[in-house]
Amino acid sequence: MSSPDTTLSAPRTFKPYPQQRPLLKVWLAAVLVLIAFVVVPVFGNDYWLNAILIPFLVLSLAGLGLNLVTGYAGQLSLGSAAFMSVGAYATYNLLVRVPALPLAVDLLLGGLISAVVGALFGLPSLRIKGFYLIVSTLAAQFFVEWIFTRVSWFSNDDTSGVLSAPRLTAFGWKIDTPAARYLFVLGVTSVLFILAARLVRSELGRRWMAVRDMDTAARVIGIPIGRTKLLAFALSSFVTGIAGALWAFAYLGTVEPHGFDLNLSFQVLFIIIIGGMSSIGGNFLGAAFIVLLPILLSNAAGALATVGIEAGQLQNLQKILFGTLIIVFLIKEPDGLARLVQTVRNRLRDWPLRA
Amino acid sequence: MGFFLEVLVGGLLAGVMYSMVAIGFVLIYKASGVFNFAQGSMVLFGALTYVSLVERHVKPVLAFGVTLGALVLIALLIGRLVLRPLVSRPPIVLFMATLGLSFILEGAAQLFWGAQVHGLDLGIDDKPLNVGGIMISQFDIFAAATAGVLVIGLSLLTNRTRLGLSLRAVADDPLAALAIGVRLPRVWAIVWALAGFVSLVAGLLWGARLGVQFSLSLVVLKALPVLIIGGFSSIGGAIVGGLLIGASEKLAEVYVGSLLGGGIENWFPYLLAMLFLLARPVGLFGEPAVERV
Amino acid sequence: MNFIDSFKRRGTVSRVAAAASLTLALTAAFLSTAQAAGEEYFPLQSYRVGPYAAGGSGFFGGFIDYMNLINKRDGGVNGVKLTWSECETEYVVEKGVECYERLKSGLNGAPAAATNPLSVGIAYATLDRSTADKIPLITINHGRTDSTDGAVFPYVFPLQLNPYSEVSAIVNYIGQQSGGLNQLKGKKIVVLYHGSPYGRETIPVLDALAKKYGFELTQIEVPHPGNEQGSQWLTIHRINPDWVILRGWGVMNPVALKSAQKVGFPANHIIGNIWSNSEEDARPAGDAAKGFISITTHPSGTDFPVIQAINQYVIKPGNGNLKDPARFGTVYYNLGVVNGILNVEALRVAQAKFGNKPLTGEQVRWGFEHLNLDDARLRQLGAYGLVQPLKLSCADHEGGGAVRFQQWDGQQWKVISGWVQADRALLRPIIEKSANAYAREKGITPRDCSKDI
Repeated sequence: MSSPDTTLSAPRTFKPYPQQRPLLKVWLAAVLVLIAFVVVPVFGNDYWLNAILIPFLVLSLAGLGLNLVTGYAGQLSLGSAAFMSVGAYATYNLLVRVPALPLAVDLLLGGLISAVVGALFGLPSLRIKGFYLIVSTLAAQFFVEWIFTRVSWFSNDDTSGVLSAPRLTAFGWKIDTPAARYLFVLGVTSVLFILAARLVRSELGRRWMAVRDMDTAARVIGIPIGRTKLLAFALSSFVTGIAGALWAFAYLGTVEPHGFDLNLSFQVLFIIIIGGMSSIGGNFLGAAFIVLLPILLSNAAGALATVGIEAGQLQNLQKILFGTLIIVFLIKEPDGLARLVQTVRNRLRDWPLRA
Repeated sequence: MGFFLEVLVGGLLAGVMYSMVAIGFVLIYKASGVFNFAQGSMVLFGALTYVSLVERHVKPVLAFGVTLGALVLIALLIGRLVLRPLVSRPPIVLFMATLGLSFILEGAAQLFWGAQVHGLDLGIDDKPLNVGGIMISQFDIFAAATAGVLVIGLSLLTNRTRLGLSLRAVADDPLAALAIGVRLPRVWAIVWALAGFVSLVAGLLWGARLGVQFSLSLVVLKALPVLIIGGFSSIGGAIVGGLLIGASEKLAEVYVGSLLGGGIENWFPYLLAMLFLLARPVGLFGEPAVERV
Repeated sequence: MNFIDSFKRRGTVSRVAAAASLTLALTAAFLSTAQAAGEEYFPLQSYRVGPYAAGGSGFFGGFIDYMNLINKRDGGVNGVKLTWSECETEYVVEKGVECYERLKSGLNGAPAAATNPLSVGIAYATLDRSTADKIPLITINHGRTDSTDGAVFPYVFPLQLNPYSEVSAIVNYIGQQSGGLNQLKGKKIVVLYHGSPYGRETIPVLDALAKKYGFELTQIEVPHPGNEQGSQWLTIHRINPDWVILRGWGVMNPVALKSAQKVGFPANHIIGNIWSNSEEDARPAGDAAKGFISITTHPSGTDFPVIQAINQYVIKPGNGNLKDPARFGTVYYNLGVVNGILNVEALRVAQAKFGNKPLTGEQVRWGFEHLNLDDARLRQLGAYGLVQPLKLSCADHEGGGAVRFQQWDGQQWKVISGWVQADRALLRPIIEKSANAYAREKGITPRDCSKDI
């Protein structure tokens, strides 16, 4: 019998996973910030900035807003476009009627006004639950479209109800080139995302999730349901309202009330479903999907058009494809792209260690 | 007074048209528990297929049959490919799936039949009838009669036949129905086929009213308040809800709308539905959900 | 459990791989190798799908067919061939903007001459961009009324007819039918308009006209999309007006005609505007549309030499753009042809100044502003009777302002009047006021139109 090895060998040093190496995280974040804030605006061309990156960022922000109330707090809302509209018109009126206020304050106040409206339309959630709640936000959707068309005061007495983007300046810096608009949108989006990420990890975020998962139990343990729900609507509309203002002024340039229609609300809902409800990063993924896919298909359509398939037919095929992808996604990956990405990361992490 | 009655009657008859679309929703909700947003696209698909066949000189009866077959087939495919895999998901996911479905159907309808606008002639001359000083549209009366026949037929089916019994069992508690031997897939298939039939009838009536074109699928937006007021799972409720929404919408547009500048028809039904919900969260005839901690 | 896990993993990896290869393949599609230098490019933000597809497919069909005619018959404009590419917008503003950004820099070296989105929403959204990028934005028969004032809007052209001219011409016609404009006093006119910026644009000018001529005006809104008009028409029935002016769009038009029939209002006292005047608006209403009158800046039909030429050089050889050949010569198709004529003529005028080569947007703008189509030139083009005489200038980007009236007989449109002119003198001050307000809001200095820039 051989003698057992009684000396204690030095413990194997495990290579920590990247998640446990904070320095790597900081490096990655710094590189990302560098690319986003410096490389892209300097090297990006008009088309990418104007037509892809800016809507991507704004839609991510809108998705974040909807995620707060629907993903985290579990209150269904089909009125995202309406709250975006309120934010846009509120900011516009402040910009035009009170020129003394700086742009940042206008955005903030626009968001606050949108928050109040959101809380108002969220009041029915105190009594109505589940799927039926969509009637409240749908009422908001149609009502807001109507009132901004009807009452020309909101659009500076333009009878058509159309807003034309005023000149944007922040701290004396004119925001009129695509790169400038991109940086402005990126800045606002980053700030709001960081705040939201902290919010959902805070006490309020946990209360939201309690209300979402089991609201009767939440009430039993003393969580003030009404206040929690209303705060969800208010904060969600705050973010969505600012997204709406950016959509109107940094992206499209002019807006009409019907530009914020039910289709846009559906788009935002798609973003959070595909990106992942109750996920912060998922909003980016969902927005990327929604923005990029039609463009990729449209460009492919352009290439295929030379083959002889006409534009109209390709558009129909694209619609069918889009619908199919949504269904496939809902069936295969219900927690959205965020979960998919996490799964991929986990697999890649485990892959070298697979026995 | 005469004018008020005219608006009221016109509104009630318009409401019947809304109910027709709502009945399709109710059938599907009873069977599968899902609010089928694709119903509007099914209506569009049905109307477009029928009209395109008729324009290619197919006899109307045959066209009706072929379209019905196509719709039933689509309904079955939906049940099998979309709803089965999503069977235990929350309602919002099912709703989104039907939204995706509506894209597919709209794209397919336009792919096959093109994006032209078609007129649909059901052979009814729409000159207004004068009944006791009130003007009523002949077409609307025809539509109301059709809806009546449909509702009577459906309620006979649900209450007097074995199939109807299985249907009510499945709607009440699918697991229990399964336990006593009801063949769930068959029941679902039949209900979806019925919904397809109702969509086709609604599609023909709406198509005759509006012309057959893309906006036809927007009728679904009017059906939601009807369902909320009437309850998602009651056919009678769909009728009552439709009548209520139709009448109140028209009266509001004429009397309140003139104060507010018009155009309130889009949101007024939703406001009404919301007020209803605040008072009675499950609708007039709906079944209250049991909540557990 | 392991099997399922590994299956899922395989699924995930294969999905990632599929996505990566798809991206690569599609990025490759971005790169094309054909060269098109020496050509003039027209980006087409077309819509062939969706609720307004009928209008879009007709208009862009006519436009493309005309450009094909110029290429085939004339070898291009003084040797410069025309090229184009389509980008589907589905009439959605965001897509229109994305298409604009994608296509504005030209195609394979051919510079973009002008954009023709045929959509009020997309026009509004690309207005500032077009001005900044110096590419003319053509909004034929529609658009922002105040963009008629080229001093404030150098790059926007509401060719032929702006919304104010449209309603003014209709009122003038009603006056004619009543035996003179002074007979309008006391008459009742209802305007049924679409609940959108396009529909609401003419509210103030109609009020002004009502005040001037003394007729009783009621303006009733139909909420978008206009599927349901029962209450509006019951109200109209109660008012019992002499005339109804229909400013509709899409499905609102046939529904209006059918709802009118329901309340017994005669179709021959309904006058549709420029976006309620096509076969696709009247035909779905069936019998209810018989007798319906509408305006048009160009008649439908195939009798015109230029349309015959398209038939000969493009349709017969099998290169027609329309899927349904029966739509040849319909209102939207002819509008596309007229649009093509105007765009190409602007190129010609600009080439006369800048040389026979592919021109930049700025040069094409000069061409549009010096467009002068008189009867003689129209005869040369084979468009006499199809296009009205047009004379644009720096201050006047509309140039025409006259319409003809047509009536639907159940099968087609028949022209029932000569050219009826709008009261442009009355409208001009209102337009300038609005344009100057816009200039103030945006901080633009209006151009001095006495200088030829």
